Amino acid sequence: MSTDEDNTTLYNPDRRGFLKCMTWAGSAMVWTVSGGIPRSHLIGQAEAAETGLTFAQVSDSHLGFNRPVNPDVTGTFQEALGQATSTADKPAFLIHTGDITHLSTAEQFDTAAQLLGATKLQVYTVPGEHDILEDDRKSYLNHYGKGTQGDGWYSFNTQGVHFIGLVNVVNLQGNGLGDLGQAQLEWLEKDVKGLPASTPIVVFAHVPLWVVYQDWGWGTKDGGQALTYLKRFGSVTVLNGHIHQVMQKVEGHVAFHTARSTAFPQGVPGVAKGPGPASVPPGELKNFLGTARISLVSTSSPLAIVDTPLVG
Amino acid sequence: MRSLIKPGLLFACLFIPAVAHSNIAAQLKIDNFKFGPDKLVVAQGTEVTWTNQDDIPHSVVLTALGVRSKVLDTDKAFTYQFEKAGTFSYVCGLHPFMHGQVVVK
Repeated sequence: MSTDEDNTTLYNPDRRGFLKCMTWAGSAMVWTVSGGIPRSHLIGQAEAAETGLTFAQVSDSHLGFNRPVNPDVTGTFQEALGQATSTADKPAFLIHTGDITHLSTAEQFDTAAQLLGATKLQVYTVPGEHDILEDDRKSYLNHYGKGTQGDGWYSFNTQGVHFIGLVNVVNLQGNGLGDLGQAQLEWLEKDVKGLPASTPIVVFAHVPLWVVYQDWGWGTKDGGQALTYLKRFGSVTVLNGHIHQVMQKVEGHVAFHTARSTAFPQGVPGVAKGPGPASVPPGELKNFLGTARISLVSTSSPLAIVDTPLVG
Repeated sequence: MRSLIKPGLLFACLFIPAVAHSNIAAQLKIDNFKFGPDKLVVAQGTEVTWTNQDDIPHSVVLTALGVRSKVLDTDKAFTYQFEKAGTFSYVCGLHPFMHGQVVVK
């Protein structure tokens, strides 16, 4: 269990200079990696409304989790979905980057289907490790596997953007690092081969494709191989979950971004004693949960991402 | 007295082996993404029970023995009886950076 000492960093996220809260603008919050690394843009609602494509990312809803840090994950997920879909520039679709359920039970998948269905939006998912705990991944694939390949990977095009959903939680490697595997890598190479380099690419997967913190398995062992197939593209945005906090970095034309959970925050790597749920001061939980909205902007920069806490 | 001893011996023959077996038990806890103790030394025949006291589900995978527990939610337990001597390493299937070892003598 997390101790108070574990969690003090959450009240003061820039304690180690790892992440710095740059600004608050209405309910949108921008985080950036300190130390001169380029950051994603904050865009206002008006600007977002003028763009051709906006979609929302939710992650790590962990339906079925009921520990004291958040005994109502269904409620906070519902609130996050409401927040993501109720604004004037309603997103074109939702992406859920995994850990939809906490224990892969039929009841938890049913709850997810009801809540996601209520948004009336197309939902694209990839599994987290919590979604494939039972029955050899069948429950997840029965709900979300239609039209996918292998363990549930796929791609689609919309409004000139090529989206790729990858699965990196089936065969966790030493230290728990994610793994794409040879079959998926070969598929990815073929999938993008014929695309012009000017095509904006959005990749989404549960575990970060870049190594955030190896000691806790927060990275993907063969993520670098996947990125070699994408480096020729002018704009690549990689969206992940798993670590229940916002982290971003940009490498060349590739922007990496992890989303908050809608269920509970986790400790800051290198500071907290473990990667478990981190309790927060009473009444402040929703500052640590949230959603991300992503808009296509016509520049050579990566897509603009606005992370929004449930309150703020 | 003789008539009392015989039933006593019979009782011992019938029940002592079973009682001796189930009396050897050891407990391990899982908390904050750690097995505790991470190295446990037990005698052959010991039943080792892992109890998850963490806020997150975990599992126990004894790779060399081909043993894999179900996923253990908070307060759930898994028991395995070690029949053979040896050193058995294990990990959590969900978080393989969690390591432990049971030494059976």
